[in-house]
Amino acid sequence: MPEFWINMGPQHPMTHGLWNMKVKVDGETVTDAKPEIGYLHRGYEKIMEVREFQKNVVLTDRLCYVSSITWSHAYCLAVEKMMGIETPERGQWIRVVALELQRIASHLMWLAAYGPDLGLLTGLLWALRERELFLDLIQLMSGARMNQNYPRVGGVRNDLPDNFEAMCRRSIEHFLEKVDNEYQRVFQESKVFHMRTEGVGKISAAEAINWGVTGPNLRACGVNVDLRRLDPYEVYEEIDFEPQVWHDGGAGDSYARFVCRFNELRESCQIILQALEKMPKTGPYRVKAPRRAEGEGYAKTEDSRGEALFYVIGDGDDRPYRVKIRSPVFCTMAATPIMLRGNKLADSVAILGSVDVCVGEMDK
Amino acid sequence: MSAPLIPNLFGVCEVLVLAIVWIVDQILYALAGLIPPLTGLAQWFDPVARQRLGMGPLGSELLIVLVTWLIAVTIIVIWATLINLLTMMWVERKFYSRLQDRYGIMISIWSLPFWPFNRAGRPTHRGTGYLQNIADGVKLLQKENLTPRNADSAMFHISPVLIASSTLMIFAALPWSSGFYVANLDLGILFIFAAFSLAPLGILIAGWSANNKYTLVGGLRAAAMLMAYEIPMILSVIALVFFTGSLNPLTIVRQQDRPLVSFGALSIPAWYVFSPQILGFIVFSVSMMAEMERIPFDIPEAEAELVEGWTTEYSGMRFGLVFGFKWLRMIAGAALIAILYLGGWSGPVFTTLSVGGIPVPIVPEEVWFLLKIYLISIVFIWISWSVPRVRIDQILNIGWKKLIPYSLGAIIIAAAAIASGLWSVG
Repeated sequence: MPEFWINMGPQHPMTHGLWNMKVKVDGETVTDAKPEIGYLHRGYEKIMEVREFQKNVVLTDRLCYVSSITWSHAYCLAVEKMMGIETPERGQWIRVVALELQRIASHLMWLAAYGPDLGLLTGLLWALRERELFLDLIQLMSGARMNQNYPRVGGVRNDLPDNFEAMCRRSIEHFLEKVDNEYQRVFQESKVFHMRTEGVGKISAAEAINWGVTGPNLRACGVNVDLRRLDPYEVYEEIDFEPQVWHDGGAGDSYARFVCRFNELRESCQIILQALEKMPKTGPYRVKAPRRAEGEGYAKTEDSRGEALFYVIGDGDDRPYRVKIRSPVFCTMAATPIMLRGNKLADSVAILGSVDVCVGEMDK
Repeated sequence: MSAPLIPNLFGVCEVLVLAIVWIVDQILYALAGLIPPLTGLAQWFDPVARQRLGMGPLGSELLIVLVTWLIAVTIIVIWATLINLLTMMWVERKFYSRLQDRYGIMISIWSLPFWPFNRAGRPTHRGTGYLQNIADGVKLLQKENLTPRNADSAMFHISPVLIASSTLMIFAALPWSSGFYVANLDLGILFIFAAFSLAPLGILIAGWSANNKYTLVGGLRAAAMLMAYEIPMILSVIALVFFTGSLNPLTIVRQQDRPLVSFGALSIPAWYVFSPQILGFIVFSVSMMAEMERIPFDIPEAEAELVEGWTTEYSGMRFGLVFGFKWLRMIAGAALIAILYLGGWSGPVFTTLSVGGIPVPIVPEEVWFLLKIYLISIVFIWISWSVPRVRIDQILNIGWKKLIPYSLGAIIIAAAAIASGLWSVG
């Protein structure tokens, strides 16, 4: 049988979102791959130029609906740098809690999506069940389950509710128990799971860096890059945590990517617990941001999927002159053909599931 | 050692047919008063008149035999599809929902939108969920039956029929108890396997004819899997035949219906799983799981990469047919495992009660058999919802490099056990 192209998308169970992965198969072996993106392009960078600074938070929420707070936060950070204002200390701590809650919720969504990618629907239901805990916490904090609109330029929208700390501790305790007893068993300790993920979708650290792969996908290659550690924003320098890097052999495969993300679930829980401990109990959580600003602001943060970058230029008006978004998934997507080549057709799902694609931020 | 509820399906059907004929006969006699020529016909149907006229018994007439067979086949088909297929689907959907921490299907008789079911204040979707599959079937019936423009129409339409009919053919030879069967074939097991192996051919035809890349890959995967799994399955049955000396399911079950070792009142039955056939049992169960296309081995329709695999282009009830008959194959597979290795319908205790000289089964054979089928199926469902799907090359590796050597080993063990006198044939 000659080689032929198969469209894995744009309407396909594998694609978590609206994009198309064209794979060229020789029988079952993938010989070439071509990601096709842009189905969800909404022109974010242009739309943001005609909206006021504060109103853009609503838009950045929708960059990736799975990880809204981290994206809004990156934007707010850039605008704050441009305006030269700084968030009060309590506001920074609240932001850290919100970011890590969002990171857990996002990683659980990835875990949920990775299950059916490998044919394990039980994993989907279990991960979504625990995601509900964190959505509830975020709802308690911000009032919304999705598109929270929580970070604001100059701080956060509102203070934490009174019972938040107790609820947070209770949920995390329950969640860590589930991670150790259920997810660990159904994913990591399953032999079939190892068979499917180990050694597939390999990418070397050098290639990953050259193609701009960041975040957990790069850490899975054995490169210790975590912006929360290397270039700390907010109060991450006061928190003691370990970036999850894959040190053992077989770096850069789907299994390493899985383990890095999976361990980040636990690590984020520890960050939240520490933040709740060290957080000042009272104090302002927001400063008034000026309406107009001039200058350049640049912020890069460790998003759930890699390095999120916002570059904002203000020209003295009440809206940005230019916004540039760097999406981690956009860069990772360029490297996927390298991961896919030489693997089986079924592996394409195991690989693309492990890199955690979010089309909203990719197509901007 | 218990008795079947239906001692002889053909006999039961014959009684049924003769009863119907008697009623018809009475009507004919009544009509003959008005229309005299009908008297001859009525007498032809009347056993007493036949005897007087020197004709053979009514039961041996070709017409009556034909009708009896039709009724027997209909009973088996209704029993297998309408009762057991729906129950098995319900069991699976409810069971994996519980594994996934959710309620699962909940449509029941109280969800029907008309009197007397739509009572006020009663929750409509809080039932056991048994009617969900019927609701799904009705939905599929209402859907449009699409044929892709470039598909090979004839082949595309033949393949669901081939799959469905070959699956139903299994039940022609598959006994449900020592009396509840359509045909008692000497080569029954061989016939069942032959019917079992037809469906992958249908899958290949379906995958090829739909002219779609996903279905094509799915169909070719089914063909590759057929090679890798039919062979160890048949080889492990060959190992079993060393012990049984017969391919008749009834004989095989009768051989297992005795105690192997007794500890006072308790005894281990002589099921073939408790014999040197244990290796063959494992190979057979794994191959059967691949044959049923359960999840670790369901690569022909791996929905993650192939959308819905070879069923992608089917719609409407044609999709329902190819999709639903998977559960029928699951029942047949579980029944085969029970018959060959787990003692079939032989119950663990003496359960026959003698009422006036007639043995009355307290727990009839059919119940034991169904219990075993559903337990085996639940184990399969349990496995398939707890593990990810295996890749095609890994599946072929398991089939060719593990299962075939193991099944050959099972043959050697069985031959050695017979040759050394450890186990005697039959």
